[in-house]
Amino acid sequence: MATVANAPKDPFGTFTAPKGSFRAVHTRRKGCGVIKPSAKESAFAGRELGIVVALVAVVGAATIARPSFLSGQGIHDLFLNASIIGLLAIGQALLVITRNIDLSVGSVMGLSAYLSGQLFLVDKDLPVIVVVLAGIALGAVCGAINGALVAIAKVPALVVTLGTLYVFRGIDYAWASGTETTQINAYQMPQGFLSLGSGSILGIPHLTLITLVVLAITAYGLHNLRAGRELYAIGSNPDAARLAGIPTGRRVFSAFVISGALVGLGGVLHAAYFGTINASVGTGRELAVVAAVVVGGVAIFGGSGTVLGAALGALLLTTITSALPILGVPAFWQRAVDGAALLVAISLDRAFMVRLAERLRAERAVRRAG
Amino acid sequence: MLARLLRWETVLLVLCVAVFVVGSGSDGFAEQGNISFLLLDYSEVALLAFALLPIILTGEIDLSVASTLGFCSALTGTLWDAGMSFETIVPIVLLAGLVLGSVNAVLVVRFGLPSLAVTIGTLGLYRGLAYVLLGDRAVTGFPENYRPLATDSIPGTFLPYATVLVLVVGVLIAVLVHMTTIGRSLYAIGLGAQTARFSGIRVNRVKFALYLLSGALAAIASLIYTLRYNSARADNANGMELVAVAAVLLGGVSIFGGRGTVLGVATALLAMAGLRNLLFLDDVTNEIQNVITGLLLILSVLVPVVFKPRRTKDVPLEPSVVDAERRPGADAGGRLRRDHQGV
Repeated sequence: MATVANAPKDPFGTFTAPKGSFRAVHTRRKGCGVIKPSAKESAFAGRELGIVVALVAVVGAATIARPSFLSGQGIHDLFLNASIIGLLAIGQALLVITRNIDLSVGSVMGLSAYLSGQLFLVDKDLPVIVVVLAGIALGAVCGAINGALVAIAKVPALVVTLGTLYVFRGIDYAWASGTETTQINAYQMPQGFLSLGSGSILGIPHLTLITLVVLAITAYGLHNLRAGRELYAIGSNPDAARLAGIPTGRRVFSAFVISGALVGLGGVLHAAYFGTINASVGTGRELAVVAAVVVGGVAIFGGSGTVLGAALGALLLTTITSALPILGVPAFWQRAVDGAALLVAISLDRAFMVRLAERLRAERAVRRAG
Repeated sequence: MLARLLRWETVLLVLCVAVFVVGSGSDGFAEQGNISFLLLDYSEVALLAFALLPIILTGEIDLSVASTLGFCSALTGTLWDAGMSFETIVPIVLLAGLVLGSVNAVLVVRFGLPSLAVTIGTLGLYRGLAYVLLGDRAVTGFPENYRPLATDSIPGTFLPYATVLVLVVGVLIAVLVHMTTIGRSLYAIGLGAQTARFSGIRVNRVKFALYLLSGALAAIASLIYTLRYNSARADNANGMELVAVAAVLLGGVSIFGGRGTVLGVATALLAMAGLRNLLFLDDVTNEIQNVITGLLLILSVLVPVVFKPRRTKDVPLEPSVVDAERRPGADAGGRLRRDHQGV
């Protein structure tokens, strides 16, 4: 704390390092106090390429085994399958970037899916948009509960969300068993709502369009807005971020609320897509979501990664899941594959970071010598 | 700090006594058969909690314990289904537990990966492999000569055999944690792994051993679970990691490492077992019980943060690294950051 007094008033403004150096990329200011992408983050930009390569390999293998895998309908299905989990992964990425995690996503998704079903049971003529907004609002409230506990009460996110995972799921079950219908089926929901899940525009499924819009907005915000850049600063070093004047608690809280809202939206879309809702919707999804985020190159330490990577990670994992039965692997492998993908991704990240650190050290040594 | 520790355990003890006093008022709680059931019902959770305790003391975590249990249970079922004798299955399952534990250990210790991410990954992997082994089948009909070990009490007493095993494990863990050099080193690692390393503690070796221990205890728990329910399924003990983590944290162990006692965890286990039994007798569904466990987990971390003693609020001007980590609610990623800077 004492170091603050000795440091320059505006560490991002007054200090200039040699152009192009590691430190320069980290601290040089461009624009109105917006922290530009750090070396670490942009070093991960190659990650998206890596996922695309893996994706091509999986799709290639599956297409050789069954050519229809890459037909128009096949591609349509691949994107459709990835849409909801991609939405959840985008939200989760925001949190992991701030060095937090939300394990309760599956339960929140279940709650909001159940809510949308219940709303239609009450009034089948309810406008679809009202139900969508209600689901988003419910998700945001759940996110706010998690966020308040993490950001205000300073309880570690892992513990909070492991707890709320069961609390929210329990509420879901209690709600379902308290009503007469424990399972809500497609015929109880209006056609307009179901077509939100199954319909498409110009061959692109509605769900995929929604996910792409959300992806574009969050990617823009994360990359260009001050608040977005500050999420990276918080994840890189929470103490330093606080000392630099970033309202860390408020930012983390907002990230939880936004993520919760996206999960809520995911729950509504799940209801619209599958048309069958009971209290167990979304159970265990947190594993796939966290795996997608980590596979997508968002470091679990926080401070690096992109939402595009997270969405691609989701696409890769769901594509592997679709390809498994075609390649002769029983569907029971899915959970194991999700877990294994997470482990492989963090191991590769580690190896990559070690190499990067060695390269930077070598560069620095050369610069000093020269 | 000692004062706070004592206070927390006093709170726990009061909670525990309260549960049992309330319980003795309700129908059927104090009966011998029910007390045996109560103890038996928490035997697997207790084993997992005792496995988790030393790991959390070092500031790491193992979320894969329940999945390890599930895999070992599925393996037991598969081998039994294949006609293997139970005497040969037991050592194989224990070995499998050690192997799964060593996978965690290699990833966390050798590769230096964050234990949170690793064990979320192995949580999925091990549970997934359990499904690969058994699918959605259930294997039943385990040998009647061994099942009483997991279901019955010692003749003439209310103590089930399984509980005796849990007590033995608990005492061994207590001796290990509180009375040996290794045990003291766990606290040192939890308060600052770097400092511990410079003090000559073989941090990596200790952590490696703890993950092996965790795998082995989960395997033992799986045998009790499988025999007790006479059923091997891939989803056995799904979500039990929540209960185990809740018991450890409710027992006053700091999630940041370096603080906690076996006695605290044992008291928390007893209180939770009593509470669960009370709710069960009152026909409260499993899902609502999970809600309560989840709330207990959050409260156990929230309460010490909210009601922290006054003096920790007066943060010194230049807090040392160790001080910063000791403070409850301090940056959870302190350890992670060290890793981060290391690369």
